[in-house]
Amino acid sequence: MRRFLMKGNDAIGEGAILAGCRHFFGYPITPQSEVTHYLAKRLPEIGGLFMQAESELASINLVFGAACAGARVMTASSGPGISLMQEELSFLAGSELPCVLVNIMRGGPGLGNIGPSQADYFQATKGGGHGDYHIIVLAPNSVQEILDIMKKAFDLSDMYRMPAMVLADGIMGQMMEPVVIDEEKSVEIPPRPWATTGRDYHEDRNEINSLFVILEEMEEVNLRLLHKYEEICAKETLCEEYMLDDAEVALVAFGTVSRICRAVVDKAREQGIRAGLVRPITLWPFPYDVISRTAKSVQCFLAVEMNMGQMFEDIEIGAKGRAPVYHYGRLGGMVPLAKDILEELKKVSERGGTGQ
Amino acid sequence: MKKITARPYSLRDVPFHYCPGCMHGIAHRLVAEVIDELGVSGRTIGISSVGCSVFAKHYFNVDMIQAAHGRAPSIATGVKRVLPDRVLFTYQGDGDLAAIGIGDFIHTAYRGEKITTIFVNNTVYGMTGGQMAPTTLIGQVTKTTPFGRSVEINGNPIRACELIAPVEGVVYVERVSLHNPKEIIKAKKAIRKAFEMQLNGVGFSLVEALSACPTNLGLSPLEAIKWMEEKMIPFYPLGVYKSPAGVV
Repeated sequence: MRRFLMKGNDAIGEGAILAGCRHFFGYPITPQSEVTHYLAKRLPEIGGLFMQAESELASINLVFGAACAGARVMTASSGPGISLMQEELSFLAGSELPCVLVNIMRGGPGLGNIGPSQADYFQATKGGGHGDYHIIVLAPNSVQEILDIMKKAFDLSDMYRMPAMVLADGIMGQMMEPVVIDEEKSVEIPPRPWATTGRDYHEDRNEINSLFVILEEMEEVNLRLLHKYEEICAKETLCEEYMLDDAEVALVAFGTVSRICRAVVDKAREQGIRAGLVRPITLWPFPYDVISRTAKSVQCFLAVEMNMGQMFEDIEIGAKGRAPVYHYGRLGGMVPLAKDILEELKKVSERGGTGQ
Repeated sequence: MKKITARPYSLRDVPFHYCPGCMHGIAHRLVAEVIDELGVSGRTIGISSVGCSVFAKHYFNVDMIQAAHGRAPSIATGVKRVLPDRVLFTYQGDGDLAAIGIGDFIHTAYRGEKITTIFVNNTVYGMTGGQMAPTTLIGQVTKTTPFGRSVEINGNPIRACELIAPVEGVVYVERVSLHNPKEIIKAKKAIRKAFEMQLNGVGFSLVEALSACPTNLGLSPLEAIKWMEEKMIPFYPLGVYKSPAGVV
C-alpha cells in the first residue's frame, strides 16, 4: 500500500498499468496530454509499449490491431479526437474486440475550447459511430476512483468483448488528490482464444470480422449483441445514491459536477430542504432503475450537467413521467457553482411536482 | 500419375466470389504459395481491406482480420507491435490504399514497419460499381468520369511505388503485373522477396500487382489484358523500385 498525491490524468495512466495494460497508442490533445506524457515514460520502464500515432484515426486502428493480437490496450483523447475515432469504434463493437478509451472532455462543438465540459455525453452513450451498438461508459468523480475504474473498464471490456470508455472532463484530468495504490493485487487477464495471433498459437484459424453480407447472418449478430447489452444492463449498472431515502428533490449528476452537487445536498439539508443525489457511475448502462424507483418518492428531479441537457433525456426516460425533471447546466467549459445550483434547487423544490 | 500442382495449403478450399477475368484469384494464390514455401502459415496474420478483396479474410488459411477502409497498415502495425515475431501482410486495392488509406500507408512506410503490403491496382473502384480511383488513367472512362478522367478536374493518377520507394524504412518495392504467365512468375518472385524482407526484419515491403477489372472496364477478359498491355503498363512501368544491395 502506497499513498500518493496524484493528478487525474496520471491516475489514468497508472490505473491502466495496474490493470495490466502494456500497450498504449495515442495522440496528444488538451486537456488529456498528460496521459500520453505519463505513459510515454512509464510503459517502457515496465517493458510495455507507448507509441504516438500520426492522428487519432491511426491511434484507434493501432489499438484495433493490438486488440486483435490479444493485448490489453488503450488510447486516450478529448472530444475532437474521439470524433475521429468513431469509425473504428463501430468496427471494434462489430468485431467484438476489447479495448479501453478515455475521453477527457472539453468544450465544443467544433474545436471549441479546452475548458472542462460534459458535452460528449450523447456521443459516448448513444453511439457516435454507425450501426446498432453500445460501448460501456464509466464516469469517475475522484482521482482514486479514476485509478480503480481503469481496472473495472478493462475487466468489463474483456468480459463482454467490447470497447469501454472512461468519460471525464478537464477538471478530473487536471486535479490532484491523495490516492492509495494497492500493488499487492495481481492482475488476471482472461485468455483470448479468439485472437488472431497466428494459427500455431490456437486451435484452427481465427477470423476477426464485422462484415455480414447475408441479412439473416447480420440480424443474428445484431441479436447476439443485443442479448449481450441486455445482460450488461442487468448486471453491470453502477450508481451512487446519497440521502435519497427521504428526499423530496433528487439532484442527478455525474463526474466533476456530482461532487459539487453532493455539497449542495448537505447545504440544502442544513436549510431544511430534503435533497438527495443520484450519481450514475456507469452512463451506459444508465441506472434507469434507480431513477425509476426514486421517481416514486421524490417530487422532482434536477439534472445538473456541464452541457445543455444530455443526461437529462435519460433521466426523463427513467422517470417515465412520474416526476418532473428539470435541468440546470453551464456551457462552454464553465463549471456550475454550488450557490447557483442551490438557488436552482430551491426554485424547483418550490415548483415541486407541478411540472411548471 | 505424378501430381504436379495442388491447392496451396494457405488457401482454403472455398469458391471465390470474384468476377470472370478478375486477377484477385491469381494474386491470392501467389501469396498463399509464398506463405507455404516460407513455412510461415502458422504465424502469419493477414489483413483484408474494404472493396472487392474484402472477402480475402475468408479465403486465406491463416488468421485474418477485416479492416475498415484504408486502415489495414495501421491494424497490421498494431498486431506486429504486440507480436513482433509474427508475419503480417495487408492485402489492399487501389481505392483502399491510394485514396482513403494513403495516410495510413505513408506513415506505416515511414515508420519502417516490418510488414508486407500486397497492393492490387486495377485503376477502378470495383465493389462500389466502377467509379474513379486515384489510380484511374487520364482519359479513362468510369462511372464518375463519364467523359474520361481529366487532369484539370481530377488531378493526376497516383503511382504508389514511385511515391513510396524513396522513403527511409522502406526496403523493397516492386511493381508486377498479373496479365500473362511470364509476369505472374515474376510476380510470385517479388511477393516472396517482399515476405523475405519482413522475415529478415529489415523494414516495410510493397508489391504492387497490376490487375484488370473486365466487369467495370466493360471489356471481355481477353480485351482487358490487351488494355493492360497498351494503356496501363506504359503508365505504371513494371520493375523493382527499391531493393537492398545484393537483392535482385
